[in-house]
Amino acid sequence: MANEAPTPAHTASSSTAERKRIFVRGPWEMAASILIGLGVIMLMQPLSITLYSYSFVTILVGTVGYIIVSHFPE
Amino acid sequence: MSNNNITKDTPGLRGLSDKSLAWLFITPTIILLLAINIFPLIWTIYLSFTDYRSNQPGREIEWVGLENYRDVLTSPDVWGYMQTTASFVISTMLIQVAIGFALAMFINKNFKGNSLLTTIILIPMMLSPAVVGTFWTYLYQPQTGVFSYIIDFFADVGPLDMIGSVDLAPWAIVIVDTWMWTPYIMLLCLAGLRSIPEYLYEAAEIDRANALQKFWYITLPRILPFLMLAVLFRGIENFKMFDMVVSLTSGGPGSITELASINLKREAFENWKTGYSSAFATILFVTVFGLGSIYVKALNKVKS
Repeated sequence: MANEAPTPAHTASSSTAERKRIFVRGPWEMAASILIGLGVIMLMQPLSITLYSYSFVTILVGTVGYIIVSHFPE
Repeated sequence: MSNNNITKDTPGLRGLSDKSLAWLFITPTIILLLAINIFPLIWTIYLSFTDYRSNQPGREIEWVGLENYRDVLTSPDVWGYMQTTASFVISTMLIQVAIGFALAMFINKNFKGNSLLTTIILIPMMLSPAVVGTFWTYLYQPQTGVFSYIIDFFADVGPLDMIGSVDLAPWAIVIVDTWMWTPYIMLLCLAGLRSIPEYLYEAAEIDRANALQKFWYITLPRILPFLMLAVLFRGIENFKMFDMVVSLTSGGPGSITELASINLKREAFENWKTGYSSAFATILFVTVFGLGSIYVKALNKVKS
């Protein structure tokens, strides 16, 4: 069988498929949920005021991320 | 012509199309939602970047950027109120889940008076938190309160000042919240228990599984999503708890029961730091919104 060089159409479709595989809702939603949970723990923990100071940014990133990734395909 | 087309093409009330009629019904709700929810939310976010004080309406509003957020997120006092809130949320959730689950297991058994008992258990949940807070202040009175009398009768510890004592006041609010909201956890657990098919237990019976094994391998995994849902819902509710605690202790004695929401109200309407309290409110809102997103996800999982 002769070696066939990938055509531009092949490359484009495989990269689209790759992107589709990366941007799936489940794992990203889970990551965003973990970030929100982590932020809430940072907000209420009694150990370090530095963690408390960064809690809101963590929750905000998690929440905005959650809104974005919930539009990803299943 | 199909039925569907007839419905689509038939003019509705007074010559209006069905679509126009639908908009007519929805528009007042949308306007109300925008006026009561969305506009104040956007306005609060705007004010959180200013030094606005609502008791000085004539004063020029100055844009301060992220200063209010920095003040809230570096304040050891606010950090302390967050920890008070966390203690309240965690202790109430643990106790309520334990009692609620046990009650659900008990109610799930068939016995005489089961329905009546369920109704009686559900009564506290149907009351207003402000009313509950107010009448529990009477029950907690050290000299005349029934609660103090019962504890003294059984433990002989003398009159208990549940609301006035620094050590007991946090427990006073935990007890009232548990009394009020355990039935909710029980209801959710009961729904979970009743959704478990009987044949699973019959199969386990044939396999000679004992009661503990049946609980561990059948009941617990099946009820876990419901428990998670209950914990998440109560967690969100207790995170923004206000009315019941205000009518019970008003955050006292000192600031031992001052939850984040109570401090927010103090800053906004007693110290009139509107910009600062708007930033504080935005932080709490984003937190509740984030938790709410997880809650919806968990709810969908339970549904499926």
